Amino acid sequence: MFTSIQTAAQRSTSRKWLSAAAGVALVAGAVQSASAQETIKVGVLHSLSGTMAISETTLKDTVLFMIDEQNKKGGVNGKKLEAVVVDPASNWPLFAEKARELISKDKVAVVFGCWTSVSRKSVLPVFKELNSILFYPVQYEGEESERNVFYTGAAPNQQAIPAVDYLMSKEGGAVKRWVLAGTDYVYPRTTNKILEAYLKSKGVKQEDIMINYTPFGHSDWQTIVSDIKKFGSAGKKTGVVSTINGDANVPFYKELGNQGIKATDIPVVAFSVGEEELAGLDTKPLLGHLAAWNYFQSVKSAGNSEFIKKWQEFTKNPKRVTNDPMEATVIGFNMWVKAVEKVKSTDADKVIDALPGIEAANLTGGTSKMLPNHHITKPVFVGEIKADGQFDVVWKTKGLVPGDAWTDFLPGSKDLDSDWVKLKCGNYNTVTKKCGGQAS
Amino acid sequence: MVKFHDRIVALVFAIGLLVVAAGLAHAGPYEDALEKFTTDEFADTAEAVTEVATSGSPLAAPLIAALQDGRLQFSAKDKKVFIKTADDKLIDAETGKPFDGTPPDDLDTVRVNNRLRGVIEAANGALTLMAPDAGKRYESAQSVFKSRDAAVLPAVEKALEAEKVARVKKILNEARAAILLAADDTSAPDRIAAIEVIRARGDQDSLALLQSLPADLPADVRATANGAIKTVERNLALWNTVQNLWYGLSLGSVLLLAAIGLAITFGVMGVINMAHGEMVMLGAYTTYVVQDVIRTSYPGLFDYSLAFALPLAFLVAAIVGIIIERTVIRFLYGRPLETLLATWGISLVLMQAVRAVFGPTNKEVGNPSWMSGAFDLGGILITYNRMWIIVFTGIVFVALLAMLRFTRLGLEMRAVTQNRQMAAAVGIRTARIDALTFGLGSGIAGIAGVALSQIDNVSPNLGQGYIIDSFMVVVFGGVGNLWGTLVGALTLGIANKFLEPFAGAVLAKIAILVFIILFIQKRPRGMFALKGRAIEA
Amino acid sequence: MMSAHPLIRLLDRGSTLFLVLLGAFAIAIPVLNLLMPAGSALHVSTYFVALFGKYVCYGLLALSIDLIWGYVGILSLGHGAFFALGGYAMGMYLMRQIGDRGVYANPILPDFMVFLNWSELPIFWYGFNNFAYAMLMVLLVPGLLAFVFGWFAFRSRVTGVYLSIITQAMTYALLLGFFRNNFGFGGNNGLTDFKDILGFNVQADGTRNALLVISCLMLALCFLVCRAIVTSKFGKVLIGIRDAESRTRFLGYRVEAYKLFVFTVSACMAGIAGALYVPQVGIINPGEFAPANSIEAVIWVAVGGRGTLTGAVLGAFVVNYAKTFFTSGFLAPYWLFMLGGLFIGTTLFMPRGIIGTYNNWRANQADKKDAARDNAKNDAFPSAPPHAAE
Repeated sequence: MFTSIQTAAQRSTSRKWLSAAAGVALVAGAVQSASAQETIKVGVLHSLSGTMAISETTLKDTVLFMIDEQNKKGGVNGKKLEAVVVDPASNWPLFAEKARELISKDKVAVVFGCWTSVSRKSVLPVFKELNSILFYPVQYEGEESERNVFYTGAAPNQQAIPAVDYLMSKEGGAVKRWVLAGTDYVYPRTTNKILEAYLKSKGVKQEDIMINYTPFGHSDWQTIVSDIKKFGSAGKKTGVVSTINGDANVPFYKELGNQGIKATDIPVVAFSVGEEELAGLDTKPLLGHLAAWNYFQSVKSAGNSEFIKKWQEFTKNPKRVTNDPMEATVIGFNMWVKAVEKVKSTDADKVIDALPGIEAANLTGGTSKMLPNHHITKPVFVGEIKADGQFDVVWKTKGLVPGDAWTDFLPGSKDLDSDWVKLKCGNYNTVTKKCGGQAS
Repeated sequence: MVKFHDRIVALVFAIGLLVVAAGLAHAGPYEDALEKFTTDEFADTAEAVTEVATSGSPLAAPLIAALQDGRLQFSAKDKKVFIKTADDKLIDAETGKPFDGTPPDDLDTVRVNNRLRGVIEAANGALTLMAPDAGKRYESAQSVFKSRDAAVLPAVEKALEAEKVARVKKILNEARAAILLAADDTSAPDRIAAIEVIRARGDQDSLALLQSLPADLPADVRATANGAIKTVERNLALWNTVQNLWYGLSLGSVLLLAAIGLAITFGVMGVINMAHGEMVMLGAYTTYVVQDVIRTSYPGLFDYSLAFALPLAFLVAAIVGIIIERTVIRFLYGRPLETLLATWGISLVLMQAVRAVFGPTNKEVGNPSWMSGAFDLGGILITYNRMWIIVFTGIVFVALLAMLRFTRLGLEMRAVTQNRQMAAAVGIRTARIDALTFGLGSGIAGIAGVALSQIDNVSPNLGQGYIIDSFMVVVFGGVGNLWGTLVGALTLGIANKFLEPFAGAVLAKIAILVFIILFIQKRPRGMFALKGRAIEA
Repeated sequence: MMSAHPLIRLLDRGSTLFLVLLGAFAIAIPVLNLLMPAGSALHVSTYFVALFGKYVCYGLLALSIDLIWGYVGILSLGHGAFFALGGYAMGMYLMRQIGDRGVYANPILPDFMVFLNWSELPIFWYGFNNFAYAMLMVLLVPGLLAFVFGWFAFRSRVTGVYLSIITQAMTYALLLGFFRNNFGFGGNNGLTDFKDILGFNVQADGTRNALLVISCLMLALCFLVCRAIVTSKFGKVLIGIRDAESRTRFLGYRVEAYKLFVFTVSACMAGIAGALYVPQVGIINPGEFAPANSIEAVIWVAVGGRGTLTGAVLGAFVVNYAKTFFTSGFLAPYWLFMLGGLFIGTTLFMPRGIIGTYNNWRANQADKKDAARDNAKNDAFPSAPPHAAE
């Protein structure tokens, strides 16, 4: 508004580029708000360009797909859903800006978005300040529970620890010696810290743990793979737990394959490698290496095969794969729809209060439940890579595992608890009986 | 190679099946074990494998081979097990005869996990020590060396007697020594002899084996063992250096390949081409497209896919390069920093264009069989893809050097580099040379993309990962000098690989960057600076 | 023009207009944001306040780049590093201000140190709970780095492309370093979840507006400093260095000292921009060190008009507004085409940038008879002649 008034006064200055663009923006905004009466807006905050586009674009498509499906069923509370897509371009401050734009300018009722922890951390203050809802669909390091965020991806106890349990079991090869290899950022660091403490609690000695960090997008893995090989030739069964991020995985697995590290010798279990990543790889040399997720495309269930069919129709690509963060998005979306239908409103406070306890079917045949700590219950699967780029599920947890925001294996967080229903607190210290960190 | 062996072995067994099928007696340990394959439990399958392997049935080997290849099928309802042949026919595993009824509708593949693969390998190891194929015997002896299973000792000794091929004999001998060392009841002289064999092997596995010997050995054995450990350690340290050199060479050649195109455009024209990385990416995507076409239409030609991709990648990247030169860069000559900005814009557009056309995810580019796997050279493992990339880089470098030295185009390029005005004065069409040079530099980036597609992601971001490193190499080596680029790339590669083992990958990279910054202070125009007035900007 | 009073020389028409506009924004936006009711047509949303505050910081960064690139010909592709260092200094202050309100309620250690089992605060974090010390560091850290870096580089006469590349190496090395969690700056997640600045809640509308006003003031102040530098006799020497470094040296000027001074001043300005940026966007992370960010900042300057201080700021506003605009709605998939196209188009068709082109056009309008001569005169000051870009 303000800009256009200024513009009228001084048309001849060179600022007219700026104001012209501002004018266009205002018109566009006006058009959007005209149709706001009949629809509920849903924000989609996933990078479509930059380094994270490789992972996040699929999730944008997933939300669009879910909205499409929901609208076919008549929308929510009699209103159609309308997606508002923005591109935060893998740029963290831009994430915060776009989140603010979605909430305060576009007035979206809920946002589905973010992939990296840093993007979530970047938008967090915005969601708290403007009191809106974010569904975060990716496995992460935990150590967080916020009133405005719902975490539908795995916490460390829903992915890392079960995977290690599997490798330690007789079935998984009774691994005694561990390589924790990761990209140097917060998720691998925290996960490895937790795993290190966990392994030690299981009697693994320090000299049987090797920890290695590499930069983002690391592409020359010769030295590290040969180190792993060396570490693995000490006579004890060795396994690798990989928290290597996205882009660096392809060269890592290529090097593994070429140096002849077979899964029967040194199995590698990865937490960031899913169907989508394998689609860019020749998987034959990787036969038998593992991944731990809460969902695999190959899991046989009626819900899953129907979802895959519709998804492939929606994307008009009969080969399009599905993966775990997609399932997390789907669960989150369905939970939000149920909560909104329950309270017959999209008001943030009402929906936030209604969400804990809401149940939604997951795609692997079970029913996930939103917990008071804003994490959900999920089954954990360990799958082996097959030659066709899919996973063969070789192990799964007996029932559903509830997500734990604060791990029990780190001294800083073992006394913390999160409960937004009774305690109304995300980081309640069970020793001091205080809710920490609440600024206002 | 492995696949090929498997197929031959499978064929031999398939023939064997028909021969032995007739003479089978019913209900033995083999037949009893079969039912355990139908429960779809890994533990049962593992038991069944061991029982089948020790049953002595002639059907055991083909059955296990089928299990390994995912060709073993079962029907839980009928409690029957079938072997699927390569041409999708079913063979009744119990009788070994072709199955001609209608297959049960709940037919499913017997699943295999890592532990089972281990069990199968061990079973196979014992079964294939006498296999007709030497490669197969070599592999099974290797797996015996790793498993050190005392139960296999008689089989190993029998195989040792019959073995003619020296290579296999050696490894069998080592396997025997490993078993003897691991066993508790081996006599002292046997142990000493075994230690000597292991000392001669001298690799990481040997060291681990020697170190795991119990502490309470007789003194003379202990002394021999300690001596052997020292020898092996010295040996390994030496090979470790060789290995670092090799890795450094390999990393250096990748850097060289990525940078060499830049050395040309940068050197000859002073153009800072920020879109250089995207030319590499275009080359990689060309490889993807070529492989995709081959995979769908001419699968037999897959091993030659890179041969088709190379000229195409060169052409694609060169044409894009020439278009960029003609439409953008030629208006910006003499303004290198503006060129930098414009080419940065071009790189954004190219990346997003590729993202729009091919999607944002990685694309699969396969290694042809001659670029997969590895071989041992002394104490180090050399992977084929790295080796061929080094060779390929060498060829590209020499060819480029020869081109600049011996062809008319090369002569004109050098003339333009050294003195543009004078070159124009003697009748060289400098504009044409500029376009061709830029095309050449881009084309080489394109073929670098073909090579990089073999070791890295093929994604829209591919080029971004190499652009900064490439600039470092060119600037470090000295602009306008290919030899400088060569020495620069290899120095940085090798330095990086020697730093990495103790500094870690991140710190090694930081150290290299700081080194370059400091080095440029000492020699502001790189290692091999061009001399002459043309360079005075 | 040469004979004019120093103050008049300092504030020519464009500069005055710029300062008046900046002042108008700095007053009008907070007034319209805080005093107008939310429903009113004149109300300015907090979203716009945050956005504008961010642009002002980018404008200051662009200004600092223009000072060295437009007037001394040093193309730094690593200025984002100084920006980020300033930001980190501010971020560390803000982290310490959280005190025991972090999720782990540790009174001293920031959250990221607690959950990675750090037992005590690293030494380089000491003192950052003091605002004055932190502000000193905002200037000192980037300034010192620039001084040391420049001292080596200019003394060895590293120029042109080589300098650009090693500045890039510098920021790349810092990027890798700050990504490492062991470095003690929070790794990839950086510093976030700020609560207070000087006792005021960073998320309160009042604080936001205050930060915006302060950013505008700093921008105005730095603008005046830059104007003072470039219009003085000292500035003439700088332009001499830009256009013919060797000749200036032969005339007896100590080129290195001139360059070093301006480079350091510019780095400090970038540091200030970063420090103001952090509380307004709420996060600082190693991504700010990415070479791509630095290159983009250079492009703002090119778009606005290299060698015109107002142009640099305008360029930052235009490009970032374009980014904000194009990354939403149906244009989102195509915005990189627009951005890339903008860079190519600017360098090809508007090599002087928006302001440079405008000045040129006005000069032509004013004196059509002898456009060529006018051009030449114009070139001597606001923008570089093409062949001397290095």
